[in-house]
Amino acid sequence: MKIAVSSKGNSLESELDARFGRAACFVFVDPNTMSYEVVENSENLNAPQGAGIQAAKTVADRGAGVVITGNCGPKAYTVLQQADIPVITGVSGRVKDAVEQYKNGELSPSNGPSVDSHWR
Amino acid sequence: MKYRNFKKMIISVASGKGGTGKTTVATSLALSIGGAQLLDCDVEAPNSHLFVRPVFEGEDTVTMPVPRVDEDKCTLCGECEAICQFNAIVTIADTVMTFPELCHGCGGCQAACPAGAIDEGKRTIGTIQHGRSNGLDFVHGRIRIGEAMAPPLIRQVRSRINLDVVAVIDAPPGTSCPVIAAIQDTDFVVLVTEPTPFGLNDLELAVETVKILKIPSGIIINRSDIGDGRVAEYAARENIPVLMEIPYDRKIAEAYSRGEPVVQAFPQWRRRFAGLYEEIEKLVAGRK
Repeated sequence: MKIAVSSKGNSLESELDARFGRAACFVFVDPNTMSYEVVENSENLNAPQGAGIQAAKTVADRGAGVVITGNCGPKAYTVLQQADIPVITGVSGRVKDAVEQYKNGELSPSNGPSVDSHWR
Repeated sequence: MKYRNFKKMIISVASGKGGTGKTTVATSLALSIGGAQLLDCDVEAPNSHLFVRPVFEGEDTVTMPVPRVDEDKCTLCGECEAICQFNAIVTIADTVMTFPELCHGCGGCQAACPAGAIDEGKRTIGTIQHGRSNGLDFVHGRIRIGEAMAPPLIRQVRSRINLDVVAVIDAPPGTSCPVIAAIQDTDFVVLVTEPTPFGLNDLELAVETVKILKIPSGIIINRSDIGDGRVAEYAARENIPVLMEIPYDRKIAEAYSRGEPVVQAFPQWRRRFAGLYEEIEKLVAGRK
């Protein structure tokens, strides 16, 4: 299983991006080996609307088993829910540390969006 | 969308800055023309009716097309998602999700679907009311609370324009899409401003907008005896006529607060607004 972490940069040392839909990129981490790959999110970053929807689609298509981020809006949340991907919100710090916290069982999935829609 | 092929003028009243007196000018101008039509296109906060006090004769719901997906026919090919520029439709897991509030109603997904799985649903964006008052034909739109897309509703309000009479459009403030929807393809834009730094800054933005739209314009300076002379200087520099100056007068403010149009409270202003209309007519005729 891969963990998708919203990130400001392209490594495990990078700072987690608090924004999900408009994160700079997603770091997909294998928690067992700590190997990772990076997916740029630049297209969604500049989308006029619906960035969260497409970001959720991106992480789902790349086979994420869980998402770790800062905040997740209602639309991204429903898409992730549809894809059966739990979301963990309210996390900050380095990508690496977020994954370690997850492995240590310190993080639990949220049961709803953490912020309101930008749209209404 | 085309609004041309009319006989009578369509005059829009706009401003960069809010609260400069668009409604004061639009209502008084429309009431002094005689047999005119007033369309309040500030659908997010319509208020002309408070002054015109029309008897409403009808109300219509305005909708926009949104996709409706037949999951049994859908093959999850993703063509709908690929064509949508607004992320309003997405294939995820074994289903298609739609986000009607993001949809601009272009119909692209329906056309792109090879399985014929998408047909047209509806989303209500607002209402249009029409009525009459003092020989004035009145129309306004009112957007549904929470709805973000004003331009399609504004275009629907404008589709009610009666080409046989002069139409005055009360536009929303600012210079964004709803303003463009309200003023584009009108014959003349009256830009209402005030002689303050804010008024001037936003007037300049509005002037840039009407220049791009290639609509002739003139300026009305409201509360003209406050502030400074920089709006007048700007108008002279840009070669835009100052059509009228309305002083900062307590009596006008009192009439406004009672919901009385200036031309009804003060007969001398009726003559001035009738003169304003003649001036606009000349300016438009001179351009043709």
